[in-house]
Amino acid sequence: MRALLDSLAARFGIVDPSTTLVIYLLGMVVFSGIVLLLFVAPFAGITSYVERRIAARMQSRVGPNRVGPHGVIQWLADGVKCLLKEDLIPADADHLLFRLSPYLVFIGMFGTFVVIPFGSSLVIADLDIGFFYLIAFSSLVSVGLIMAGWASNNKWSLLGGMRSAAQIVSYEIPAGMSILAVVMFAGSMSIQGVIRAQGWAPHTWLIFQNPFLFAAYFVFFTAALAEGNRTPFDIPEAESELVAGYNTEYSGMRFLLYFFAEWANLYVIGAVSAAAFMGGWQVPPQIPEVIRPIAELVTFVGKSLIGVFLAIWIRWTYPRLRVDQMMNVCWKYLVPIAFLNIVGTAVWMMLFPQGQLPAVAASIIMLVIALAILITFVRKVIANLREVGGGLSFNPFV
Amino acid sequence: MATMRTEEMTLNMGPHHPSTHGVLRFILKTDGEIVHECIPDVGYLHRSIEKIGELMTYQGFVPYTDRVDYVASMNSNLAYCLAVEKLAGIEVPRRADFLRVMVCELNRISSHLIAVGALAMDVGAVTPFPYALRERERINDILEAICGARLTYNYIWIGGVSFDAPDGWLERVRGFIDAYEKVIPEFNRLITGNKIFVERMRNVAIISPEMAINYSLVGPNLRASGVDWDLRRDEPYSIYPELEFKVIVGHGERGTVGDCYDRFVVRVREMEESCKILRQCIEKFPHDQPDFRAKVKSVKPPAGDVYVRSEAPRGEHGYYLVSDGTTKAARVKIRTGSFSAMAVIEEVAVGTMIADVVAIIASLDVVAPEIDR
Repeated sequence: MRALLDSLAARFGIVDPSTTLVIYLLGMVVFSGIVLLLFVAPFAGITSYVERRIAARMQSRVGPNRVGPHGVIQWLADGVKCLLKEDLIPADADHLLFRLSPYLVFIGMFGTFVVIPFGSSLVIADLDIGFFYLIAFSSLVSVGLIMAGWASNNKWSLLGGMRSAAQIVSYEIPAGMSILAVVMFAGSMSIQGVIRAQGWAPHTWLIFQNPFLFAAYFVFFTAALAEGNRTPFDIPEAESELVAGYNTEYSGMRFLLYFFAEWANLYVIGAVSAAAFMGGWQVPPQIPEVIRPIAELVTFVGKSLIGVFLAIWIRWTYPRLRVDQMMNVCWKYLVPIAFLNIVGTAVWMMLFPQGQLPAVAASIIMLVIALAILITFVRKVIANLREVGGGLSFNPFV
Repeated sequence: MATMRTEEMTLNMGPHHPSTHGVLRFILKTDGEIVHECIPDVGYLHRSIEKIGELMTYQGFVPYTDRVDYVASMNSNLAYCLAVEKLAGIEVPRRADFLRVMVCELNRISSHLIAVGALAMDVGAVTPFPYALRERERINDILEAICGARLTYNYIWIGGVSFDAPDGWLERVRGFIDAYEKVIPEFNRLITGNKIFVERMRNVAIISPEMAINYSLVGPNLRASGVDWDLRRDEPYSIYPELEFKVIVGHGERGTVGDCYDRFVVRVREMEESCKILRQCIEKFPHDQPDFRAKVKSVKPPAGDVYVRSEAPRGEHGYYLVSDGTTKAARVKIRTGSFSAMAVIEEVAVGTMIADVVAIIASLDVVAPEIDR
């Protein structure tokens, strides 16, 4: 980012150090604005449409198909509808907190985009403590949710808020621990640094470096789902139990802000797992310099979308855990496994130094195993389809 | 930790709550997530159907029986008509009996589909519900072809049925069963064997056989508790004695006998048995009996009383009729399964969590209009 701005400044003949600082600031504000307005906001909206379409396909329904061709601008219509709705605040609610909490959730989620890269030079700020910042900043969401639950003056909301507090606080530990293993292996806490420690080829990705990092990916993904209140951990907003959980009393745009944050969070889950485990924006070195940023952008967003799709897929397949089971999963399984991953990774790093033959061989073996699992899965899917006499259609608009 | 207690919270679950299947109300007293007391409050859907039955002629009341349990109105029709026929001594043509049993079994499948689909939805799995509804739509189409209605059929009349099956109807039923028997494994893979689902259901709200009998539970809820009792076999009516089918009894498949999972699985398996019954009906169907529609013009049973019960999807569905020799009943009393199922919730819900209460309600398959009539 800084290099890009420097070259821009040089082109316009600005070399005075006092003005370059202003240019840096302006550049960051403009870029973050671009990211928020042109990427995150439409992304959240489009994801809402895509998720509904995918869900519909999974449930043998049609899904939204009225607004625009195949309903592709349904999300804009929903946004306009929510903006025009009456802004209701319950009479007995705590007005200040009630108004404040959607913003906290919104800021907590969108603040994480500061450190999420889109390419080797496309990042708002490449902080040295990138992952730490990410985990710390996203905790703001839980404050917002508790605030919403409390301020609504509704018992269902309160229960939802309490559940989300317990859940987010618990699941931050396995998520953070899994990231810690990655940070340890890559030797950097900066997200860009971790990506640079990987290569474009799958066997250089951190997920395939050793069995512990492989496990860490799944621990992280599970914990991230829980932090994002996604099924099977969507108990704070369990609609069949708690009406709508913490956002029961919200309507209109305030209600939408929560969902904005939820769908943006989907991208964050995908992006962090892509950056930490799957090589981030790394592209083959043969790609010419001119289209390199675009290739990186496409690679990174593409990898992130895999995570997004996985989360959507899981959501529309699994039932919801009960509160005590959710806690059990976290404290009895994920936390010990996450700790084991850290120790295991450390031992592995000592036994097989990076870059030497045994380590490379191990990563290639891991890759082969992963591919074998994938192939087995696909074969099982095909066998199941054959059994019920169904077929596969890859046409997204049916 | 056991001594640590917080202030009790009184939660009002219903009458409008997403998982109270209509308009039920529960007053929950909870300590955090743990339920200490769960008081069912019935009566939000009371429509005085029993009183209406005393004001209508016997035939005129048949459409009202649709509304007693609108998820399975065929079975409701049948129970009432059986009672009136016994009271007035009316014979039913054999062909009408076959049609009755077929539509009742189809309706049983569609009712159980709603039950298992809604149960899955209440524990957070959204996808099985549309799958179940998709199959239910096919049944609705078949029932629409025979009587013109999709929910409140008014098909079974006193002395027979209202219409004969249209041409090719039996083939449609056969086609549905063929397709449906393939869907059952798909459904089971999706939800029945799902680890999270099993963990949510097993060992939750165990109803022992003694408790089930004491609370007069009926139907699948009773059988899930391990009591081998099915009116179709033990007190046969219509053509059921000629049909072979297995009575599904819960045996603690994944946990303890009588837990929520057993209640779920009993319904899933019962749908398979209904398919078998339908196949036998198609095979044995009397094609040589053209004149069979309900011919009874006026029903004037002699003074007396009768209680006739039949096996509906939600268990024993019985009508107690008192006749004073006129064309209207002097007293109509309806016995339904959901009402007793509501009572048992009060006992089994204690000590469970809020999420379990939702699962218990759904696993007992209570339908609001059937509770209140």
